[in-house]
Amino acid sequence: MANKNTEAFKQPLWINNPVLVQILGICSALAVTAQLKPAIVMGLSVTIIVAMSNVIISLLRNTIPNRIRIIIQLVVVAALVTVVSEILKAFAYDVSVQLSVYIGLIITNCILMGRLEAFAMQNGPWASFLDGIGNGLGYAAILVVVAFVRELFGSGTLFGFQVIPQACYEAGYLNNGLMIMPPMALILAGCIIWYHRAKNKDLQEN
Amino acid sequence: MEHFFSLFVRSIFVDNMIFAFFLGMCSFLAVSKNVKTSLGLGVAVIFVELITLPVNYLLQTKVLEPMGLEFLSFILFIAVIAGIVQLVEMVVEKFSPSLYNSLGIFLPLIAVNCAIMGASLFMQQRIGMDPDNTQAITSFGDSIAYALGSGIGWALAIVCLAAIREKMEYCDVPKPLKGVGITFITVGLMAMAFMCFSGLAI
Repeated sequence: MANKNTEAFKQPLWINNPVLVQILGICSALAVTAQLKPAIVMGLSVTIIVAMSNVIISLLRNTIPNRIRIIIQLVVVAALVTVVSEILKAFAYDVSVQLSVYIGLIITNCILMGRLEAFAMQNGPWASFLDGIGNGLGYAAILVVVAFVRELFGSGTLFGFQVIPQACYEAGYLNNGLMIMPPMALILAGCIIWYHRAKNKDLQEN
Repeated sequence: MEHFFSLFVRSIFVDNMIFAFFLGMCSFLAVSKNVKTSLGLGVAVIFVELITLPVNYLLQTKVLEPMGLEFLSFILFIAVIAGIVQLVEMVVEKFSPSLYNSLGIFLPLIAVNCAIMGASLFMQQRIGMDPDNTQAITSFGDSIAYALGSGIGWALAIVCLAAIREKMEYCDVPKPLKGVGITFITVGLMAMAFMCFSGLAI
């Protein structure tokens, strides 16, 4: 049993990553990655919400009528997202302004619904909690990688601090403006998927 | 009236749900394998947006704002969307079984489509904007224009991608890139093309 729990936690981190393999939660993964700070906040918020909603649904799983389960799941998730959004507004206002509607959109993030349907409805609370944390962190990892590349090459900064020295700019180096535009996020994600599938050959499609 | 049209055109091309905000990406990538089904999903999205957005607009301006309950908007909006999707599904099933068979499987999916929820949340942000701004949604009519525009923009994007993917079947794509990888890069290039519209104004 312990083995199964660690698997539930470890699988989604790389082998069965929710973003790269299951192609879930792409919307917010790409939209908030122009800078590192909002990407990390977003990743952590999603991790907390997935873990908590997994636990709640897993506790309720035997009492939820099958026909209306989607609405119940949505309400549980929406309540948690509201709490997180109010906390962010209170303690990290500038980040919550940057994330704008994407915090609210965690509700419709497919990772949540996917994990609730596929895992929490069949498994106990502790396993569901680990599965939620694993999936959340797997999601956050992709966000951080994409945001790192985009912020470094797009604005020459990391966490808002200047990383590329002024001397480079004087020598004619320019920030790549395309990096902070939406299309580049898609292309970077495509490249990460390319690398991931080159390493894991059994995932390749014919 | 002029504002109505500029908001409509702007939400199709400039503020395109897929290319500018990445909303509704999950079903966008999963269902865009052939043109016919993606057209079906596109029509379903337009339909659901047209109903939910005006309803949420009225809820936001007539119920939540006067009572100071804006923090409840997430729960209320998603409940409205899920409820209306269920209702639409039942009505379509009763009155037009042929349409139900072609849309059937997509309708429940739409409840968790970020494009629908996203449109409602953007609408919430834009209510307070300056009326001269082409993005502002200041009346019930504007909310209909926005619903129609963003829905059509989403449908346009998914049909275009499906058409490209149908052609791509015959291309020699590197093996690890096949499937999702090349689709991402294609969408990225399409988004770049759509950026040309960014100066568009009526």
